[in-house]
Amino acid sequence: MSAAAVSGRQTALGVDVSGIGVKGPPRVEARAMTKQFGGNVVLDQVSLTLEPGTVHALLGENGAGKSTLVKCLMGFYQADAGELLVNGEVVAVKSPRDAQAHGIGMVYQHFTLVENMTVAENLLIARQTLPAIIDWKRELADLTAFMRRMPFHIEPTRLVRQLAAGEKQKLEILKQLYLGSRVIILDEPTSVLTPDEADEVLGLVRQMAERGELSVLIITHKFREVLAFADHVTILRRGKLVASDRVRNLTPAQMAELMVGAEPPKQSSSRTDSAPRELALELERVEADDDIGLRVLEGVTLHVRAGEIVGIAGVSGNGQDELVEVLAGQRPLRSGSVRVAGDHYRSTREHIRTRRVRLLPEAPLKNACVSHMTLAHNIAFRDYDRPPFTLLRWALRPAAFKKRAEEAIRAFRIRTPGPLSPIGQLSGGNVQRAVLARELAGEVRVLIAANPCFGLDFGAVAEIRSRIMDARNAGTAVLLISADLEEIFALSDRILVMSEGRIVHETPAQTADVREIGRHMAGHA
Amino acid sequence: MSDTTLGLWGIPLAVLGGAIRVSTPFLFVSLGECITERSGRVNLGLEGTLVMGAMSGYGFSYLTGSPWLGVLGAGVIGSLLGALHGFICGKPRVNDIALGIAMMLLGVGLAFFLGKPLIQPTAPRLGAIPFGFFSSSAQLRSALNVNVLFVIGVALAPLLHFGLQNTRWGLVVRTVGESSEAARALGYNVNRVRLLATAAGGFLAGVGGSFLSLYYPGSWNEGLSSGQGLMAVALVIFARWSPKRCLYASLLFGGAGAIGPALQSVGITTGYYLWNAAPYALTLAILIASSSATRASADMPAELGAAR
Repeated sequence: MSAAAVSGRQTALGVDVSGIGVKGPPRVEARAMTKQFGGNVVLDQVSLTLEPGTVHALLGENGAGKSTLVKCLMGFYQADAGELLVNGEVVAVKSPRDAQAHGIGMVYQHFTLVENMTVAENLLIARQTLPAIIDWKRELADLTAFMRRMPFHIEPTRLVRQLAAGEKQKLEILKQLYLGSRVIILDEPTSVLTPDEADEVLGLVRQMAERGELSVLIITHKFREVLAFADHVTILRRGKLVASDRVRNLTPAQMAELMVGAEPPKQSSSRTDSAPRELALELERVEADDDIGLRVLEGVTLHVRAGEIVGIAGVSGNGQDELVEVLAGQRPLRSGSVRVAGDHYRSTREHIRTRRVRLLPEAPLKNACVSHMTLAHNIAFRDYDRPPFTLLRWALRPAAFKKRAEEAIRAFRIRTPGPLSPIGQLSGGNVQRAVLARELAGEVRVLIAANPCFGLDFGAVAEIRSRIMDARNAGTAVLLISADLEEIFALSDRILVMSEGRIVHETPAQTADVREIGRHMAGHA
Repeated sequence: MSDTTLGLWGIPLAVLGGAIRVSTPFLFVSLGECITERSGRVNLGLEGTLVMGAMSGYGFSYLTGSPWLGVLGAGVIGSLLGALHGFICGKPRVNDIALGIAMMLLGVGLAFFLGKPLIQPTAPRLGAIPFGFFSSSAQLRSALNVNVLFVIGVALAPLLHFGLQNTRWGLVVRTVGESSEAARALGYNVNRVRLLATAAGGFLAGVGGSFLSLYYPGSWNEGLSSGQGLMAVALVIFARWSPKRCLYASLLFGGAGAIGPALQSVGITTGYYLWNAAPYALTLAILIASSSATRASADMPAELGAAR
């Protein structure tokens, strides 16, 4: 792609960013947008109007067509039918650069920042035009002046790697403003932020909208954010527009109903009360390093009893991933000890089997499956080398694999063309069901679940949560690590908060206060 | 001051002179590989490029009568080999390591084949700058007789450092090397940037090769390179992908390579071949010291070793 594609905007970029507040955001209108993928209509005649200076929420379940709509607006996809109007004129947006030329920019859910470069370098590299030799003194002065005009400030000389998630989110928004975007699309902007950080970022964006400097389109599934920060809400379901209204005209119950439709969400299994039982999982002063050798777990001590769910809340990147990896045997333990029902545990295949420890990792297709192997093979990973899968301990019996897979498909309602399909062809929810079927087979003493519902739709979420609850009710000790506070509250008996590689807070779930947990997550309490 | 009064002081002096001589090809190849790796790609084929550079540099110098045209020709041949590597790596599912090994063997084989007629003739050689003119000591004068390519290489290291930090292309190369996804989202053509970075790396490796045939040892034969091209790749890791540190690392390696001849020059011949193996032992020691089962270097371009 040529750097000179939109050279007309050159003056509005970089140095001359004083345009903010001078020229208001344009009115953006999508008319009857339709998009098909292989005969599958994912977006069906959807219209949306983003009025200048408003915050507009786009609400819907996974697969409702939110991302497709936004990607059509941004020029990632070309809509099959329908048109995009900017200030009443039909425009052709063939690439994100074209969208940029109309002042439309997007902040992605997965940050597109270069971790090993500074804030200033990240901002400059995004510009359409850069001088051959960069005068850092002048650029830094310009950036400092630019930051002063912005509602939030990030030191230009800091490395992105050292920024907290909230700061990265702010930097992504700053980048769009720096590039001169007046219409900003935020894709699930608060999924990696603490409640306080989320409120701060959205509050600041909202203030800029109120001053008429920006229009904002937020993709979300959190009603709280819609109610607190959006003026207008558009709800999609299965590719169709089901409602578009002022937020104040709708209640959360109405929004939920519009989002999921007539079918009532499946009831979760309820918690059964039981007396405190024996300790099942004990971590004592567990320490581990990250990939570049920095200590990320700084002495984690925690205990989980049988028949109890302990939830670990925390902002992503505070050591949760590494903790799961240590327990899964993917990362060496530097010091400390892990015990299961009093026995030493080293996460070898032998220990995993004898201690009956099971694991439900995040992104299961990547972390717990071999995607081109069949569903039947994947379901047998834990004990394929033992009877009934083997004959004389060495020959595998395909019929046994198939039989176990068919049982799992029935019991966990896995939707698949058959037990011999590669697991990579299944949808996310069905992969997670298959992994659950494997991990919950037999008697489970300890279950470690990391973001088990990430990226799944309502129906699958309810089902997977109730399976976890069933396991707890049957006496399994569950350690739940989740970036989703709502999930932590829904499932846990006890809540721990992890920050900078330590457990910094512990509270029974019944008396837990979301604000207080948020403060501990942010590391200042 | 006569030669004999220098005594054992002759050893460090000879090591210094040798370090400058031996380090020059290391310096050029490692600077070239540094550019390539900062763009997120590894070119293991630089050993082949080095040998091709040595052969073609000698050939061009012989045919044109100008050693500097020989250096330029070696660079151009090197950049063509680099571009070929870059082009093939741009194809889907091509592994840069495997391709690099193939390119290395191709380069060496091609150089031996094309260089057969060049073993006999004598080509004009590159000159040196006599920094030791003030001294009457032959040893000092010889040690300070510094070849011009080394001077260029020493100037190039900080220049590349500046370029990576302060120019548009430096920023683009680093972005591509740190996150191809981010670079693509910003509208940069990742494959083209890497192709150019590999070609630039090939140019420098070719120039490094011409030093072997045009200055030291100063003739073309098939035993000219003893794996300097490969060791320079290891050296980039040791230098943690910084052009400035590439200079220091090259001098260190050059110094290690000069220990054997220096000892010999003062009459110590015990373990001559063992001392000649010093750079290889150093390579091993450094790789062991700087590697770890659990740690990846924070300075390593994130795209290196990314599963493709």
